[in-house]
Amino acid sequence: MTVTTTKSVYWKGVRDGAPFIFVVAPFALLFGVVATEAGLNVWETLAFSVVVIAGAAQFTALQLMQENAPTVIVLASALAVNLRMAMYSASLTPHLGATPIWQRALAAYMMVDQSYACSVLAYERNHDWTPAQKMAFYFGAVTPVIPVWYAMTATGALIGSSMPAGLALDFAVPITFIAMIAPALRTLAHKAAAVASVVLALSFVFVPFNLGLIIAGIGGMMVGAQVELWMTRRAQA
Amino acid sequence: MTDPIIAKGTLWTVIILLGLGSFGLRFVFLGLIGDRPMPDWLMRHLRYTAVAVLPGLVAPLVVWPNATDGVLDLPRLAAALTTLTVGYFTKNVLAAIFSGAGVLYLLLYLMG
Repeated sequence: MTVTTTKSVYWKGVRDGAPFIFVVAPFALLFGVVATEAGLNVWETLAFSVVVIAGAAQFTALQLMQENAPTVIVLASALAVNLRMAMYSASLTPHLGATPIWQRALAAYMMVDQSYACSVLAYERNHDWTPAQKMAFYFGAVTPVIPVWYAMTATGALIGSSMPAGLALDFAVPITFIAMIAPALRTLAHKAAAVASVVLALSFVFVPFNLGLIIAGIGGMMVGAQVELWMTRRAQA
Repeated sequence: MTDPIIAKGTLWTVIILLGLGSFGLRFVFLGLIGDRPMPDWLMRHLRYTAVAVLPGLVAPLVVWPNATDGVLDLPRLAAALTTLTVGYFTKNVLAAIFSGAGVLYLLLYLMG
């Protein structure tokens, strides 16, 4: 039997997390470019990525600020996009809940989709890991990703100020979001939630303060949850 | 098209509060609530947050693009549909982005 040390688990996390560099880097680069186009300077763009570390929420906030939406709506919409992090937090708690509070706070700050997914999968494969080893793996998985997130945002911001006009960058955000949504349409409930959101957003576009988006978000969630319940009942019948 | 400038005060308010709020969402269970399970109805709604908010944000941008002053635009519509189709069938985010961007640039070029 091989002895699993905390240090070897950390390096295992680094290896498992490394491929996500290729997912995170282009997004960070794109955010840097788009933020610069929106009038942010390099420091503001970098601060955005360091403080928030959430691509989809950052793009959402940027888009709504450009539409001059009220700050409350900007925050509510971007945080709604990030609500899934609360779900990740809940599902990591049984594994990491017994580690020191400063480690859990650091883990929370660095929580991104990829590190969450690859950690939870590793925990399911390795039931014998101690909480300290599980935390070591988690920190390993985020080690390649977070510095790349910062560095590529800054790179994008530096490139962005020298980008020529006419590149149709106005459409970078819609394309990026559609590309993120499409693979997430796994079940009928996910598809129904997305369709409801589109229909509601287009119907309530006249509502002031971008409140139509909040209506679409809440409506889409309710439709998704109801369809899921309906599918469960049908499967049991 | 006017280029709206984001006020610096608004920008920093959003960066700081969004940072605090995002940390709060990530920390809430891991740091504060601990091992207690969440109610089913809450989990059931949380599962659909991303697919309920992002399509609503994108739909008006596709149908009434800013760049054309809100007039439906064939290259942008085709790019959006291409991205959706490629993303749905390949499950590959980057392939979807590059396909969509390719269609956008090709049609913008052809339609001069």
